[in-house]
Amino acid sequence: MNQWKNFTKGFVRENPILVLVLGTCPTLAVTTSSINGIGMGLATTFVLAGSNAVVSLVKSTIPDKVRIPAFVVIIASFVTIVQLLMQAYTPSLYDALGIFIPLIVVNCIVLGRAEAYASKQGVFSSLIDGLGMGLGFTMALFILGAFREAVGNASFMGHKFADGDGILVFILSPGAFIALGYFIALMNRIKKTS
Amino acid sequence: MEYFVIIISAIFVSNIVLSQFLGICPFLGVSNKVSTAAGMSAAVVFVIALATIVTWVVYVYVLVPFHIEFLQTISFILVIAFLVQMVEIILKKISPPLYQALGIYLPLITTNCAVLGVALLVHTKSYNLLQSVVFGTSIAVGFGFAIILFSGIREHSELMGIPKGMKGVPMALITAGILSLAFMGFSGLVK
Repeated sequence: MNQWKNFTKGFVRENPILVLVLGTCPTLAVTTSSINGIGMGLATTFVLAGSNAVVSLVKSTIPDKVRIPAFVVIIASFVTIVQLLMQAYTPSLYDALGIFIPLIVVNCIVLGRAEAYASKQGVFSSLIDGLGMGLGFTMALFILGAFREAVGNASFMGHKFADGDGILVFILSPGAFIALGYFIALMNRIKKTS
Repeated sequence: MEYFVIIISAIFVSNIVLSQFLGICPFLGVSNKVSTAAGMSAAVVFVIALATIVTWVVYVYVLVPFHIEFLQTISFILVIAFLVQMVEIILKKISPPLYQALGIYLPLITTNCAVLGVALLVHTKSYNLLQSVVFGTSIAVGFGFAIILFSGIREHSELMGIPKGMKGVPMALITAGILSLAFMGFSGLVK
């Protein structure tokens, strides 16, 4: 039960994007379509779960003073793994996400969870925490991506559902800021009433 | 002429924050006051210019000869973290007033994705060292330009009657959206 709660907190209560507002750069940049959103989300989930588990494993052997650089190296290793895997198996997605895959290293969520959670908790809880947070991140990216794709391009998961072009500005950069702003406002409203 | 094109396109046409979406965290985080925004952007200009030079040298003279380009993410982030720490220590020793002004922003810069982003972008564009430095510095100036403009707008919008749920981050994002819309006017200026 406790682990289940630990897993689900990333979806609504502590959603990294909509509540904590961390990792906004990839959020705004890759959500031009729902597929890109999912791809980015899953890549981040892998890094988050992997680095959380490893950080938790080695937490007692790392001296306190050098813990941040050590965490960064662990995270960067997982990012390199993802980068090579994606380049090999999903080249089109790799091209679409571009430099935002290496930039997972500096995504505040990953270092934030390593520092705030994995460096204090056991391996299994850290793994669950990483998975939950990562999937919460993926969910938010998917919703935002689907919304921007639907309004901006009149399509869903790459399939057109209406004729015409949609409101182009939602695919372009201003739409990203405005859509995310309204989603966070909506989330504030939901949290208040519940 | 070639450098002029790099500068204009980095500052206005593909502004790092408003159209490339890098460095959003400091953009939202330290833009409450114009003075802190100016301090942050000065620190960013300084660090990006240095980091671009060092990572360019590391990439061309270490990673490429040994065919270990796939390690660029790890090596760049380490170089940047090390550099930021060094700059902090050196500034503290040789120029206390500058340290007073920039000091609190320096630790934040390691996780500023604009720094790593520029270091990586330089190689996708295959710039030489001088072009890279010009590119990096103008990207940083573009960052400063955007964040100072943005903080000016935010200082005013603090005083306005905004619905409760929209206060803070949502309003900041929507303001950024409108600013980004304004910057789209520059597109087409260069090619």
